[in-house]
Amino acid sequence: MDFNRIQEKLNVLADAAKYDVSCASSGSDRANKDKGLGNASKMGICHSYTEDGRCVSLLKILLTNHCIFDCAYCVTRKSNDVKRAAFKIQEVVDLTINFYRRNYIEGLFLSSGIFKNADYTMERLIAVAKKLRLEENFNGYIHLKSIPDASDELMYEAGLYADRLSVNIEIPTISGLKLLAPDKKHEDFTKPMLKVKNELIRFKNEHKVIKSTPKYAPAGQSTQMIVGATGETDKDIMYSATYYYKQYNMKRVYYSGYVPVAEDNRLPSIGSQVPMLRENRLYQTDWLLRFYGFAVNELLNNDHPNLDIDVDPKLSWALRNMHHFPVDVNHADKRMLARIPGMGMRSVEKILNARRFRKLNWDHLKKIGVALNRAKYFMICDSRNWERKDLDAEKIKGMILQQSTGKFRNQYSTQLSLFN
Amino acid sequence: MNPSKTLIYDGSFNGFLTTVFVAFEERIEVMDIQRNTQGQNGLFSETETVFTNVEKAKRVWNGIRNTSHNAITNVYFAFLSETDGIELMLYTYIQKLMATKGPKQMDYSDGIVLRISQLARSVGREKHRMEAFVRFQLTKDDIYFANIEPDFDVLPLISKHFRSRYADQQWLIYDVKRKYGIYYNLEHVELISLNLKEVHFNKIHKSDAFLNEEYDYQTLWNDYFKSTNIKSRINRKLHTQHVPKRYWKYLSEKKETA
Repeated sequence: MDFNRIQEKLNVLADAAKYDVSCASSGSDRANKDKGLGNASKMGICHSYTEDGRCVSLLKILLTNHCIFDCAYCVTRKSNDVKRAAFKIQEVVDLTINFYRRNYIEGLFLSSGIFKNADYTMERLIAVAKKLRLEENFNGYIHLKSIPDASDELMYEAGLYADRLSVNIEIPTISGLKLLAPDKKHEDFTKPMLKVKNELIRFKNEHKVIKSTPKYAPAGQSTQMIVGATGETDKDIMYSATYYYKQYNMKRVYYSGYVPVAEDNRLPSIGSQVPMLRENRLYQTDWLLRFYGFAVNELLNNDHPNLDIDVDPKLSWALRNMHHFPVDVNHADKRMLARIPGMGMRSVEKILNARRFRKLNWDHLKKIGVALNRAKYFMICDSRNWERKDLDAEKIKGMILQQSTGKFRNQYSTQLSLFN
Repeated sequence: MNPSKTLIYDGSFNGFLTTVFVAFEERIEVMDIQRNTQGQNGLFSETETVFTNVEKAKRVWNGIRNTSHNAITNVYFAFLSETDGIELMLYTYIQKLMATKGPKQMDYSDGIVLRISQLARSVGREKHRMEAFVRFQLTKDDIYFANIEPDFDVLPLISKHFRSRYADQQWLIYDVKRKYGIYYNLEHVELISLNLKEVHFNKIHKSDAFLNEEYDYQTLWNDYFKSTNIKSRINRKLHTQHVPKRYWKYLSEKKETA
């Protein structure tokens, strides 16, 4: 191993890959085959966390950062003057295996700049995965990037070796895409998505009849959208996310606050703040849609095209819909329990179990772990004291904000700070 | 009425289950259950030493498992938390479990049930952390070696994970705090104790037990860890929340800061 060359390449190509936020290693239960190396953990494992608090689960690198495209938002775009490098296939395989054996990682996340053309690039990515699976008997997690406009045959082959496939839509609106990535068409992105979706359905059907049908991307597919690059509303983002969830059976849609990487008059300038709070609110909304039974038009619609910054989306919905409250914790159905602000799905399950035995009061709820600072205004339980009395939405919001703190508070607080 | 007794067992999980069996069978009014190393006799209670019997332990295990899968996990995990007084809490928990008829629901409004499930959860979290934070270093004998110092006794819980994952390499995970380890010899996992002269932190100073290549890979991993960080998003609080400082000394990517 030529240590210095590898070190240099790794630094360049890991640095370029870090803007891909997905690092999930969950959803696949690939078993260890013939006493080989590795298996996939169904719930995924984060082996470390970077100083920005993000999970490090996979060796996330680009095969190369040479690229023929010139997308304005991308750090490896053709016109950007950065150091370029490319890994050999064997080098990626060696790195993956050696990191894996030391329990540093769950597997490999391989992406690439596009060189020559889409199919040529996709072939090289597949070659790495194939080598790992067939020659090294590696059964850990592999996440391959689908290159926009890659052919159906290649997408089929990719799914045979990868656990997850993803193609990043990046810009949530078609008009934004035209502005920032004039070389790419919307259909280039959706073509591999559609193929993967169809293959997943085919696998599911065939697997029912023939158990030995080879696995196809068992952890499904995901995509990512950049937030805050083109002036889109939260409604635009979440409606397109919902579209991808429904239309392409996405496992996940990721939201990535735009990190300015270039001076370009179409984009926020370098040094402007990454919209981390907004990103957080979008993830909260995503969770409400996937796990709490909310519909997207309840949370975002023409009257409310953007999420509240100062309160979380569930609380914000509750404040707009006070007629549903207060909810009786001892009688309400699961759906309504899940809609109480400050109540998580774990608490909901515990409450459903516990209330078979006795009526629950504030003390029980507190011990179970409900965030009462928010929840107490929206529920009644086995107690004569309950908070809401005749408070209106504005008052409740005021009281909740007064009694809580948030690390982003200084970014949106209207209160003037005394010493500046 | 039977006089209340303090039961003494050998500290093993099977020993504890045997104690539960004996207490049920002889209808003992249990005052406390203690490990034989504790030796805190109550002033006014009798003590009885229980000898571990795998058959009896198995019957209790199966009895709990047959009522609820969730409960047997809770009992085992909470036991490994080594919390003071855990034995008596678990005994009460098992009594409650056996007393309820019909489908087993968990009464989370009951203090003990909630506490046991929370303890089991902490141990589960520690197990998951160890599956993540073990850092193997390749020794000159071709064994992947790691030392750990978990809050709870999780080695028995993580053995299966590592056995099925690293089936083609010899590995050894050693618990520095409890002074025993698990070693996989390509066939099966065995418990071992070592006379470990020095604890192999991922320190900057190198040990000649390891290959040079090992330190190259640690350097690459550290570099990777650094370059995957996005500086404009820095959030140290979240970072330490996910990777608590007590684990840092064993993580090669944190070796400069620990």
